[in-house]
Amino acid sequence: MKQTVSKGILLILAMGAYTTSWAQAESGGNGFGSVLTYSLIAIAVLIFFFLIIQVSNNLLAIEAKQLGIDEESGEVGAGNDGFLGRLFKPKKPAFLDEDTPVTYLRRGHDIALEGEAELKFDESVQAMTFAVQPTNFLGISPIPKMMVEEGAEVKAGDHLFFDKNRPEMKWVAPVSGEVIGIERGAKRAITAVTILADKEQQYRALPAFDLDNSNRDQLVAYLLDAGAWTLFRQRPFNVVADYNEVPRDIYISTFDTAPLAPNLDFIVEGQEAAFQKGLDVLAKLTSGSVYLGLNAGGETAPAKAFTNAKGVKQRWFHGKHPAGNVGVQIHHTKPISLSAKVWTLGVQEVLTLGKIFTEQRYNAERIVALTGAELKKPLYVKTKVGAKIEDLLKDNLANDHVRFISGDVLSGKRKELNGFLDFYDDQITVVEEGDDYALFGWLLPSFNTPSISTTFPSALVPDMKFKAETNTHGERRAFVVTGNYESVLPMDLYPQELMKSILIGDFEKMEGLGLPELVEEDVALCEFVCVSKQPVQQILRQGLDTMREQA
Amino acid sequence: MKNALLKVLKNIEPDKEKSPFLHTAFDAFFTFAFTPNLTTKDGVHIRDGMDLKRQMVHVVLALQVLYLFGTYNIGHQHFVALGEYTGFLQGVHLKLIYGLIKIIPIFVVTHVVGLGIEFYYAYKKGHGVEEGFLVSGALIPLIMPPDIPLWILAVSVAFAVWIGKEAFGGTGMNILNIALLARVFVFFAYPTYISGDEVWIAGIEKAAEGGYFGQAYGAVYGFFDNIFAGLGLATFGAGGSAVVDGYTGATPLAIASKEGWDAVTQTYTTGQMLWGTIPGSIGESSKPLIIVGALFLIITKIADWKIMVSMVFGAAVMALLLNAWGATEFMEVPWYYQFYMGSFLFAMAFMATDPVTASSTATGKWIYGFLIGFVGMIVRVLNPAYPEGWMLAILFMNVFAPLIDHYVLQANINRRAKRIKATMKSETPDAPAPATAPAQA
Repeated sequence: MKQTVSKGILLILAMGAYTTSWAQAESGGNGFGSVLTYSLIAIAVLIFFFLIIQVSNNLLAIEAKQLGIDEESGEVGAGNDGFLGRLFKPKKPAFLDEDTPVTYLRRGHDIALEGEAELKFDESVQAMTFAVQPTNFLGISPIPKMMVEEGAEVKAGDHLFFDKNRPEMKWVAPVSGEVIGIERGAKRAITAVTILADKEQQYRALPAFDLDNSNRDQLVAYLLDAGAWTLFRQRPFNVVADYNEVPRDIYISTFDTAPLAPNLDFIVEGQEAAFQKGLDVLAKLTSGSVYLGLNAGGETAPAKAFTNAKGVKQRWFHGKHPAGNVGVQIHHTKPISLSAKVWTLGVQEVLTLGKIFTEQRYNAERIVALTGAELKKPLYVKTKVGAKIEDLLKDNLANDHVRFISGDVLSGKRKELNGFLDFYDDQITVVEEGDDYALFGWLLPSFNTPSISTTFPSALVPDMKFKAETNTHGERRAFVVTGNYESVLPMDLYPQELMKSILIGDFEKMEGLGLPELVEEDVALCEFVCVSKQPVQQILRQGLDTMREQA
Repeated sequence: MKNALLKVLKNIEPDKEKSPFLHTAFDAFFTFAFTPNLTTKDGVHIRDGMDLKRQMVHVVLALQVLYLFGTYNIGHQHFVALGEYTGFLQGVHLKLIYGLIKIIPIFVVTHVVGLGIEFYYAYKKGHGVEEGFLVSGALIPLIMPPDIPLWILAVSVAFAVWIGKEAFGGTGMNILNIALLARVFVFFAYPTYISGDEVWIAGIEKAAEGGYFGQAYGAVYGFFDNIFAGLGLATFGAGGSAVVDGYTGATPLAIASKEGWDAVTQTYTTGQMLWGTIPGSIGESSKPLIIVGALFLIITKIADWKIMVSMVFGAAVMALLLNAWGATEFMEVPWYYQFYMGSFLFAMAFMATDPVTASSTATGKWIYGFLIGFVGMIVRVLNPAYPEGWMLAILFMNVFAPLIDHYVLQANINRRAKRIKATMKSETPDAPAPATAPAQA
């Protein structure tokens, strides 16, 4: 909105300057010189003041550093926003008191799509088939060792398979029922272990664990046996966490800014105890702190479970997507490098972890948002990890020429109707396939195309919602446009240069330019805005893979 | 309607195996008419509506007013030199037709040669025809003198596209600005053809015994004369008459470089220089129209405002320094009047902002633009041979842009390393994010 206003002012100013220059030129020529001179002098004066302010601001910051004033308090040279930053800082939301520091992220872009899930549960939806998909987990051997056979009866929480390289790492069944299939893909890698759920769910009872009077090793052994280890993901590389390592910190983002993302405040409602328990467990696992990223950009305060969380460090963020991405939040808290490893969890993973201790069982319950304009009624459903998409979307489809996505439209995975929800996802998006030709698409001001470009008239309607479709809107080209990626990534990074360094295989530059700080979801928006239609996430993963091999 | 057209086009599509070149050409025109039905594969599932075609076409749109004005101005300058229809709006039909007869061959030759090479390479490499030449092809006619011999134009365009672009790998890979490369090729390879004053005005020739006269009008003009006569309008006539007394055809810059600003104002008013009713390259003269184009590019975020602003700043600083020095008449031209003459604004709006050859980092763009303005003004004022500098300054800085970016990136790498080191050393308090984030746009 602010952008639109400033754009408008710029336009009016330009038009004003233009008309005066016309009048001057008409009235005799020489007069224009003085107008030009005055305006240039005015600009020079502005620049002069700006420079003075900048220099003095930096001097203040240096002095503050010498005096040892905590820069995070936001009093002096606050973090990444200088004087101008604070001048144009959005108003602090009413639910925060004055002293709470907030990180304002100015760059980014919210893609407003139709088909947001209504904040209520559809109790009628019951998924019957579930799958554990080893392909969801990065950094494990492609062919895990099976511990059950096809046709076996399992309880929820029973071991299904383990990683060949790290046998302690076990995957467990999300539901009780019959193992009906072990699907294999290329090179006999296991792609899915499917389970047909029983009507009455049975759980493997876990022994009670005394969190206060036990050490970290005992906790790790307990979690490995419970099958909870797959809940932790380790950065850099976004791989399943290594149980031999102690993470520097653990990060949790409590809000999701991706298109049509589920409302985590709604999801955590009524599960405050389990969430707090999960945080307590995490605090035992790290040598540093557990960081909670909270949303300062909402109209109302985040859920009590987040704001009242104990034993964690809270960090407030305000901004457009990807402000809710945990990678962006880590970058603005404490950066990671190849040697400084951190773990990340989603809110629902924390809930599952907490319930291991509060309920003494592996409760794989997952609240999933069914979203997208192609659904009759976008709603939330309560199911388990790895539910079959067909079961969840039954009778809800308004269109059959669609694509099913586990996750959001930016970083989610494409699925068939008979596919399964991915392990870390809590959202299914259904969008229309856009395999249609558009006449003069490069020229016409199409209204239904989401874009950061102001060449589309929708730029004038800031709150417009779009009906997404999967057309690429153009063909792939070499990198031409610059500055676009940076405009949507609120990190001190040069993503386009990073992509180029990956493509030419320059390891030193890859690391130096911050590849370890990124995972696919962080650059997804860069890929969305890419004028050259480059596969940015794919390039990033290629870089991460080569770097992981080297490390 | 759309489906019918689609069907017709699909029916005439040449076979990719049997006639690959035809297929490449077909594909180029087909994707021009229809955005392809490609859908996203892995990665993001929805894409921004902006693609390279749209990006490039918007630059071409911004140039349209300049084409209109440039065409008319060719005719206007021609008749003013002959002392006929000296008012800007007199003899509109003659000036317009005269301009069109000059500009259409230039436009056609540029595109036939340039696109021909593009199509050939697209077919050779087996990829689609890239859009880069849309902009280059629209820019080249605007920066040529109206009387440029077409064979020189063809050779220079071929050189620019072949050596400047395709040799480096096509659109997005070139180091030097293609349009400027074509211009600089003419400048260095055929200096005698485009030196002298009369070259900036179409249809004026130097007589053997000295003095200038207008060229005789050819058959094409005769054809239009018939029409005009039928409509009862003024006609071209036979041509070949002498120019008005005291006419030199010199551009303001040429006068300023020899005799200073006062001499310029005796020939041209500042209003004329501002509005562009002066001799010069086809599209560079009208300042307000260029500013409109520049604003269009800035508002649509197609060109980077940082480069434009810093370039104005750099040129102003250098012009002020030269004012202070004041060793020659040209140096003493008031610094703000330097913007009235020559092609500064055109170079700023359309040449320096080419994203492929400019710096790619935000900080780099500030430095890059400033140095173009700074160096360009030096070349303009201090170069004894040719009183204009933007073409050379931009090409010069094109070569240095990767170096600027290298240092900006190195600074980023060092900053990041320092920050990581700081957080490793002290576990608490947390290091804040760095004060200078890139591209705070």
